[in-house]
Amino acid sequence: MRYSILELARQALSRHRGWKPAWRDAQPRDGYDIVIVGGGGHGLATAFYLASVHGLTRVAVVERGWIGGGNAGRNTTIIRSNYGLPGNEPFYEWAMKLWEGLEQTLNYNAMVSQRGVLNLCHSDAQRDAYARRGNAMRLHGVDSELLDVDGVRRLAPFLDFDNARFPVQGGLLQPRGGTARHDAVNWGYARAASDLGVDIIQNCEVTGFMTDAAGAVTGVETSRGPIRAGKVGLAVAGMTGVVAAKAGLKLPIESHALQAFVSEGLKPLIPGVITFGAGHFYVSQSDKGGLVFGGDIEGYNSYAQRGNLPVVEDVCEGGMALMPMIGRARLLRSWGGIMDMSMDGSPIIDRTPIPGLYLNAGWCYGGFKATPASGWCFAHLLATDSPHETATAFRLDRFRTGHLIDEKGVGAQPNLH
Amino acid sequence: MRIPCPFCGSRDSREFVYRGDAAPARPTDGGLGADGEPMFDYVYLRDNPIGELEEFWYHAQGCRNWLRVVRDTRSHMISAAVLGAGHATGGQA
Repeated sequence: MRYSILELARQALSRHRGWKPAWRDAQPRDGYDIVIVGGGGHGLATAFYLASVHGLTRVAVVERGWIGGGNAGRNTTIIRSNYGLPGNEPFYEWAMKLWEGLEQTLNYNAMVSQRGVLNLCHSDAQRDAYARRGNAMRLHGVDSELLDVDGVRRLAPFLDFDNARFPVQGGLLQPRGGTARHDAVNWGYARAASDLGVDIIQNCEVTGFMTDAAGAVTGVETSRGPIRAGKVGLAVAGMTGVVAAKAGLKLPIESHALQAFVSEGLKPLIPGVITFGAGHFYVSQSDKGGLVFGGDIEGYNSYAQRGNLPVVEDVCEGGMALMPMIGRARLLRSWGGIMDMSMDGSPIIDRTPIPGLYLNAGWCYGGFKATPASGWCFAHLLATDSPHETATAFRLDRFRTGHLIDEKGVGAQPNLH
Repeated sequence: MRIPCPFCGSRDSREFVYRGDAAPARPTDGGLGADGEPMFDYVYLRDNPIGELEEFWYHAQGCRNWLRVVRDTRSHMISAAVLGAGHATGGQA
């Protein structure tokens, strides 16, 4: 069923009783060409591009829980491509370009809204760093604008510009950045992939891997029985360590919890995405009116999908330092998700040392914005056995060879990235 | 989360600095080996277990001891905490 204004009118005449589920709830078959483990945004996007770009439709996505129940429904919905390093920037810009056409591609309203991402600076050194990053972005053909205080004031007059410790001195703006509705992205990819013949199998937990005499992966053991596969791709985010261990893989990844928060619904207040440069606090406003915000990860290894009070306090202090007006808004909800923090803060899209097993992991807390390009590049790798041109740096062996992609420059400390 | 420091007693986790998994051991031969593999393993590879993890915490705002703490990564329940020179789960010092 194609969604359109005509279809809406037609369904209205039959009192909206003719709508079908957006995707088939498939039962596992004996075998597939490719099995993707993990039904989050990255896994579903991979399956969609395998089917739509590479014509591979004997593809299954196996998901432990339900579609939209993991990090796809827990992130803070920001899309941007304002990276500084050459290994990252072309990839994230490819994601941005895919975001810009996503709704037409999927025939699904993902509420992509390019309302701008503004990173604030509070010192001369930070302005220099932003000027450098903005120039690096422009060299890759990406939009960026370095704003002075008046430029920031025009966009966000409510900030505490003359804060005694952290006065706002300017900012780096990416006007094409913004937000998208996180779970609609997942649903849209699931629907479009399912329409092309991909089986989406929910409540199906991978419990082990089938291997042949040579050690190559030939399928997955699941809670719903064995499924043979020509190739298996892992896209399980925070559970990467657990699933990879079942295949005997030890990875440069630690799992950490990240919290997110939403306030009660307010009238339109915050025009785009705004990040505090002197602490870790970022905020946007959803179309429903809630302020969606977050900050640092908890700082210690965690598989608990919730956080603790010290980070709640730290995030709220950051918010109050930047925009004291939000002190009167009430917090509606907070929740947590598990991040696959890599040792250099950048992702991995690569083959593994085990034949037949492919890895998409290490997204840290930046996975949502990457969803379309992550799927595109992982599908390219699975279909062709060679990395996509925008993802050649995301190699698993870069930690061994020293070709790290450390945007923040903090070294092999996953809790600091 | 509260951490039972053997020297100071039960204290808020905010007094501590986290250093991560205590299992990786720094190579004693300078680390490079023939191919650098031991140092690569020590610096980058982690078991990242779900469940009990023995890890280092530094009591920066207390007694300034390094601790080895055994914590469940699902519940944050702490089953053991000893001063850094020892091993909370036994084994070789």
